[in-house]
Amino acid sequence: MSDSTHQVSADQLDIPDVDVALTVNGKAVRGRCEPRKLLVDFLREDLGLTGTHAGCEHGICGACTVLIDGRASRTCTTLAVQAAGTQIVTIEGLARDGVMHPMQQAFHEHHALQCGFCTPGMLITAIDFLNSHRNPDETEVREAMSAVICRCTGYQGIVNAVLAVSRQPPTALPE
Amino acid sequence: MKPPRFQYHAARTIEEAIELLARYAGEARILAGGQSLVPMLNFRLLEPRALIDIGRIPGLDAITGGPLVTLGAMTRQRSAEESPIVQTALPLLREALRWVGHLPTRSRGTIGGSIAHADPSAEIPLVLLASDGSVTVQGPQGTRDIAAVDLFESLFTTSLVPGELLTRVHMPAMPAGTRIGFDEFARRHGDFAIVTVAVALTPSEDGSTARANPESGPRYAQVRLAASGVGSVPLRLTAAEAHLLQHGTEPASLAAAAELAAAAADPVGDANGSADYRRHLLKVLLERTLESTVRPTAKRLAS
Ligand code: FES
Ligand code: FES
Repeated sequence: MSDSTHQVSADQLDIPDVDVALTVNGKAVRGRCEPRKLLVDFLREDLGLTGTHAGCEHGICGACTVLIDGRASRTCTTLAVQAAGTQIVTIEGLARDGVMHPMQQAFHEHHALQCGFCTPGMLITAIDFLNSHRNPDETEVREAMSAVICRCTGYQGIVNAVLAVSRQPPTALPE
Repeated sequence: MKPPRFQYHAARTIEEAIELLARYAGEARILAGGQSLVPMLNFRLLEPRALIDIGRIPGLDAITGGPLVTLGAMTRQRSAEESPIVQTALPLLREALRWVGHLPTRSRGTIGGSIAHADPSAEIPLVLLASDGSVTVQGPQGTRDIAAVDLFESLFTTSLVPGELLTRVHMPAMPAGTRIGFDEFARRHGDFAIVTVAVALTPSEDGSTARANPESGPRYAQVRLAASGVGSVPLRLTAAEAHLLQHGTEPASLAAAAELAAAAADPVGDANGSADYRRHLLKVLLERTLESTVRPTAKRLAS
């Protein structure tokens, strides 16, 4: 302790874990974790849902984006305990009975991924964007998708895929 | 890149949150949407003893309309953006929200959290100031209202005293016919802005912007101009406002107002832009935004 740069107070050494009960991809799940646990780590480590990626861990890259109560949200800037009681959809919840979600299908057809690291965040962001914005033009799609960074820089395919889905009849949001 | 350890409390009422604030005597942080606080924890810029989560207090996310629109502190930015009340009564806030972070950060980020955080480059504090808004804060002594002009003291610093919680945000409904403009310059959309300007021009009661001298451009009964990125707090551009009220809105008058605004600003240079650069940006952005607000082109009207 002599070299520690700050005092650890007694109550910090005795921090009770919190219960986190929520619905993920339609299934009721629960876990127990430290209050400081980020939702992205809870999904990956406690629930084994490693499709949600942790990139920057400060809200910039968008790789960790999932739907919380239907709205695309960063899970690296959300504590797991804040998500208790919510309905979450991750990349694992997009396909139905082995059939890809139309956005996944479009990403496949338009070559909208290379390494795939950004893809979960791209898909979730694109789905929420099209659910909340009808008939966007290309500029609006680019603006919305700038929420997620692709280090492979394959943006043109991503924009093409989102535009293609925007011209299809709307799909129901996965539960 | 993980938060330090902290005690966690989910307050069930405002009173409980205030009690907890008192118990931790300045060593606790309020957690609203977490879109600024959690990154700061991840970076270990903050090591609070406790977080007091106000996200589970019922009713703290309500939006109520009327001559004075009230948004509960926990109103998500996304909910405000999609609210019919905000769309009708607070067009400046509605427009500004599009510029706040990105869709996924607005899903979680809150109106009250952004104001209490008082980031000098943030859009919502700027709109509060430009709208002559105010906030209600509650502490052990009871509640009090603070006008926007008295709220922002310095970088990340408000006039709330330790132990007080920001509970509600108020903005007067903008009179019908008010024209608004909002623009900012950032390296990329969604990044922290370098300079931002907000414009609200309200015609006289009878809705006319007619003027005695047809050369002087439309005249407005009320002119509200504000900017951020040109000081440690958002700034009302009072000299430019007075100029437009007196001289109307033909192009030369807009240019003169923008010059006055730039002369009155006292920006501090940093890695994102020198003081001179910020002053220049203010002048250019303000003139351009005024022009497009007073004389919208057909394309802008359509969008
Ligand atoms: S990991 Fe969450 S935004 Fe980058
Ligand atoms: S596909 Fe590699 S980061 Fe986007």
